[in-house]
Amino acid sequence: MAFGAFQTAAPAATAATPASQRKSPIALWLLLPGILYLILFFVTPLFSLVITSFQEPVPGGFMGEYQNAFRFENYVTVVSTYFSHIGRSFVYAFLATFFALLLGYPIAYVIGVKLRPYPLWQSLALVILIAPFFISFLLRTIAWKQIFADEGFFVGILKSAQIIPADAYLTGTPFSVVFGLTYMFLPFMALPIYTTLEKLDLRYVEAGGDLYANPVTVFRTITFPLSLPGVISGTLLTFIPATGDYINASRDFLGSTETAMMGNVIEANFLVLQNFPAAAALSLILMMSILIIVSAYVKRSGTDDLL
Amino acid sequence: MRGFGKYLLWVYAGMALTFLMIPIVYTIIFSFNDSRRTNIIWRGFTFDNWTSVCDAQDVCPAFMNSIIVAGVSTVLATAMGTAIAIALVRYRFKFRQATTLLLFLPMATPEVVLGAGLAAQFLQLGVNKGLGTIIIAHTMFCISFVVVTVRARVAVLDPALEEAGRDLYGSPNQVFWRVTFPLLVPGIVAAALLSFALSFDDFIITNFNAGAAVTFPRFVYTAAARGIPAEANVIASAVFFLAIALVLATQIRGAIKRQQLAKAG
Amino acid sequence: MAGEVSAKQFAEAGADLSLVNVTKRFPGFTAIDDLSLDIPAGSFFALLGPSGCGKTTTLRLVAGLEEPTEGRIVIGGKDVTDTKAYQRPVNTVFQSYALFPHMSVLENVSFGLRRRKIADAEDKAREALALVELGHVANRKPAQLSGGQQQRVALARAVVNRPALLLLDEPLGALDLKLRRQMQLELKDIQSEVGLTFLHVTHDQEEAMTMADTVAVMNLGKIEQMGAPEELYESPKTAFVATFLGQSNLFVGEVTGSTNTVVSVSSGGYELRVPSERAVAHRGTITVGVRPEKVSLHQSKPSVDANRTLIGPGRVVDASFTGVSTQYLVEVPSVGEVTVFAQNTSLGEHAKEGDEVFLSWSVEHAFGLADTPPEEERFVDDTSTGSVAVQEREKLEAELEEA
Repeated sequence: MAFGAFQTAAPAATAATPASQRKSPIALWLLLPGILYLILFFVTPLFSLVITSFQEPVPGGFMGEYQNAFRFENYVTVVSTYFSHIGRSFVYAFLATFFALLLGYPIAYVIGVKLRPYPLWQSLALVILIAPFFISFLLRTIAWKQIFADEGFFVGILKSAQIIPADAYLTGTPFSVVFGLTYMFLPFMALPIYTTLEKLDLRYVEAGGDLYANPVTVFRTITFPLSLPGVISGTLLTFIPATGDYINASRDFLGSTETAMMGNVIEANFLVLQNFPAAAALSLILMMSILIIVSAYVKRSGTDDLL
Repeated sequence: MRGFGKYLLWVYAGMALTFLMIPIVYTIIFSFNDSRRTNIIWRGFTFDNWTSVCDAQDVCPAFMNSIIVAGVSTVLATAMGTAIAIALVRYRFKFRQATTLLLFLPMATPEVVLGAGLAAQFLQLGVNKGLGTIIIAHTMFCISFVVVTVRARVAVLDPALEEAGRDLYGSPNQVFWRVTFPLLVPGIVAAALLSFALSFDDFIITNFNAGAAVTFPRFVYTAAARGIPAEANVIASAVFFLAIALVLATQIRGAIKRQQLAKAG
Repeated sequence: MAGEVSAKQFAEAGADLSLVNVTKRFPGFTAIDDLSLDIPAGSFFALLGPSGCGKTTTLRLVAGLEEPTEGRIVIGGKDVTDTKAYQRPVNTVFQSYALFPHMSVLENVSFGLRRRKIADAEDKAREALALVELGHVANRKPAQLSGGQQQRVALARAVVNRPALLLLDEPLGALDLKLRRQMQLELKDIQSEVGLTFLHVTHDQEEAMTMADTVAVMNLGKIEQMGAPEELYESPKTAFVATFLGQSNLFVGEVTGSTNTVVSVSSGGYELRVPSERAVAHRGTITVGVRPEKVSLHQSKPSVDANRTLIGPGRVVDASFTGVSTQYLVEVPSVGEVTVFAQNTSLGEHAKEGDEVFLSWSVEHAFGLADTPPEEERFVDDTSTGSVAVQEREKLEAELEEA
């Protein structure tokens, strides 16, 4: 999804020589089509969502018929009904982000730092890292579902080796959902970190060693802080989509009814139950929470040049 | 013990990269499965799925729809996005902050919200959902990515080159088309490829705004309940091989250049 | 013990350094070839040489940033060849400064102290900054400093640790003259005050000679000559040293006779004499050299006694007034161009271009070398492999930027 967004730290483009920036009516013509488009199809839909979230059913009308109102109870109802789903979404997303960071940082480090003397291998490793993007993520998730299936080869081995009890199942559990999420977003986490680590000047590492820091301390005080912009990008790129994801948690994929997340519920309400106000209210709650968390995170870590 | 620690990182990385490939390899292998309805259990190796891909109902039409949608939205998003990127870097204008924010938000918004919002809007306007609405939706979220990609490219473009063009008697039009644009092309191509990939693989936003139209990911999703035909694996694998070949070619070219550089230096 | 990194304390004195038969090979070339070196504790040692001679590699080997292919490195009596950089009581002032960009200047300077858990790290860091006159930028980030300021911070960061052995890699290059002189004196003070051992790597001979007790001239991975600056300057033992350290007039000729005290050489039709103890070789083809400032310029033929050599007449080809001295290029037939530095001890009275002059010098100022001077070119040949490689590299880098 957010492939290109890991061009972190806009290449000091803030120093894009303001002297060479001209004031011209051309700018307006360049901007107009895109900006108008976004206003029309991004901003106004958000307003539509707001309006829809306050609607009430038409009295005596069909399912799916609503009229404008100011029904604040929609929000209350939605939060109380789906409280656990909301909570679960954030918990799963947080766990997936955590594991993605844990697993993804070393990958990024190996490719970005350790493989520098071997450009050909570095390129190859990078290709493997982004390979998942080129095959439908739905099929990838199905693949894991089948690998984890009760009747499957893999689970069979685990059971016969008695690593898991004979009546245990892997699919449809929080484990499989978080697993699926972590797998899906691993490249999203690793790539921005790779981009920053790739630019790391190893002479800083040498200087740290020269100044009595052992390798662990060098990592803690020098390498990791310098890779922080990438870590932040990766974290955001993972957490935000993960909260709203519903494929992994879907019954047909890696989840079950007990693992349903906000996304599942929004989809169900919108497309199946045609309870548009509920779906809209939930969507807005999701969006607001994300905005709050993200702005708090970003303010604390200090990268304001996100684009 | 010390020797072991040295290799730990490499072993881990190797395992992690293998782990990334598992579902991909699985999908590709199962495209050769002699399956009937469901492609869950391995029955035998066959090329049939590959040779008669479109036999399975709905797979090819869905694939074609995805191509059409991706193609159209890419063209639209790339055009509008490139224009914005150029404006952002090269021109001063008011509301710069607001514009940047507006471009950033779609990337930061979860797909469910984007999808639901557009769907709500179409609902209110009474617009029928179909391929057209899908294209509208895809174009919308691709613009931001195009802007980011092209902007990075425009930012490193040396303004001195354009000044040289003007110094050598080029009119603004000529300077743009003969100097600026050719230098931007690699960035624009990258942005277009990115946009195409995003659109092709998109599911969530599409699902909310498709109505009856079926794109490839939609097809896979609905088929997931009853059993995804092996032909879907074939299409996904074919796309995969094509994309990998493209990427490998560019990466290897770049890596060879870097190795030459390392030797010369 | 000076050889170990003592936590919480500074080293009490400098450590001595020994390189024992050290060789460093990289794929494709040998950077250092069987180098052996002993630097006594508490001395200020300069490693002088042109780019690519291996001096930076030597520094990195001592710092622990590279491992030698062969040989041992001993610091303060302890073999440190197998230890890592952070375990050695050595600090480096890097040529690229390598100031941590995400830390403030103060945090940079106190970094080493904090790692060793030394008390009052911040105060000591401030002292060090005051020493380099940068106390007022303590809270800035390195990116906000000028090149010269960054260099001084890098110096402070290393020196504040009072290491037993301090390595300096071209540390004063970006400073202006006045500041450089100041820093040179400061460094000398610090070094002698605590008795630390300094190893200074540079291509600037003036700096090496000003600051160091001992200078080693390095070329192509080997040390050509080592000794006190004056010794190296007045008695070079190879043509490389004679031309790299200052300038020399070199005359190649055949030995015509040698006694206990003097070696006579025939060159360009003149008889040049060198004191035996100042000649490396006493037979065959040798090179006689004399420093330009030791040559006297005479506007008419002088009478000279036996302990002076006279050549001429020659014609002044170039006369450059440089304030302190006037530098003459005199073309002497069958000998070649001779450089003369004449101190301007009086006003006016300079020879001019085209004048016919005679040159003389004291025999005891001459030195004799076994090898012949290297080829000299006016401009670096653009087709030399070195510059072709550089151009190729720049082209590739530009292409990669596009990709």
